[in-house]
Amino acid sequence: MENVMFAKALAISLGSVVPAFSIGWIGSKAMEAIGRNPEAAGKILVPVLLVSAFAEAIAIYALVIAFSIK
Amino acid sequence: MAGEIIHENTLFAEPIAHIGHFAITNALLTAGFALAIMIILAIAIRRSLKQVPTGIQNVFEMIIEAFLGIFDDVTGSRKRSLQFAPVVFAFFFFVLFNNWMGLLPGVGSIGQIVQHGEEKIFIPYLRGATADINTTLALATIGVVLSHIFGVLAVGWWKYLNKFINIKAFMEILKKFRKDPMIILTNPIKAFVGLIEIVGELAKIASLSFRLFGNIFAGEVLLASISAILAYGAPIPFLFLEIMVGLIQALIFAMLVLTYITIATAADEH
Repeated sequence: MENVMFAKALAISLGSVVPAFSIGWIGSKAMEAIGRNPEAAGKILVPVLLVSAFAEAIAIYALVIAFSIK
Repeated sequence: MAGEIIHENTLFAEPIAHIGHFAITNALLTAGFALAIMIILAIAIRRSLKQVPTGIQNVFEMIIEAFLGIFDDVTGSRKRSLQFAPVVFAFFFFVLFNNWMGLLPGVGSIGQIVQHGEEKIFIPYLRGATADINTTLALATIGVVLSHIFGVLAVGWWKYLNKFINIKAFMEILKKFRKDPMIILTNPIKAFVGLIEIVGELAKIASLSFRLFGNIFAGEVLLASISAILAYGAPIPFLFLEIMVGLIQALIFAMLVLTYITIATAADEH
């Protein structure tokens, strides 16, 4: 039982590595797209927000697990 | 430490009253308030509906126009968007109001102190309904089941059943075996893919409900811990973040339900 805090920290830290990477990747690709075609910025914004929320959700799953470890 | 009041964000909604064996939780109460606001707003707008919109009707017409534009990209035609719009808008506004009600001052901070054995536990009267897994699980289940009902209505129950339990594939083996012996290998695979679809449907419910619950609950915990560090000023940027998250999650929930309905009602082309 003395490793509970360690387990919580490990759950959220390992669980947020890939989502962080993927949000960065989504952002970089969006910037690239806007750089190539600045008029499309308005059209790109909504899908980027949606997709980054999907990537973020995976980190949120890890966060829920971290909260629920007792 | 015996006299200290325990003040923590629990994963579950706490019961605040009982009617018989039915426990009324604080999340249920907040969901009721959100529903009341929605109904009152809907009736108020319906009563003052005008050919030339003014005031709040203008705002909602703008929102609905913008949304129908996004829906058209998913469904492919305005006719189908309008068919599915009532269900999807109901999901959107219910989730949105519940997400934002969790941010109001007083929600989660006004409550009663209950003696629980040795400890005193603080139980708020109101709690954002989407910060309770039961609410989001119910919403996700309703969304996925509705998509199946619409699918059955759109393509017929026999065709729809064969998407999951592929009896047709086995019947084809008997019919076409003479012409094409390879069918005895390919059609069992088709049937197996159908079984995997069933697991996929359960995964849809799980991912929909956990995404919404996790985002909103994590937001509440985040706000609570920032307020614990510095109560004045510091939570304001995070409140704006949570307002954005509430909107985006409501949008995602509604769009995913729309996508599921669209996929289910699409005629099977292969």
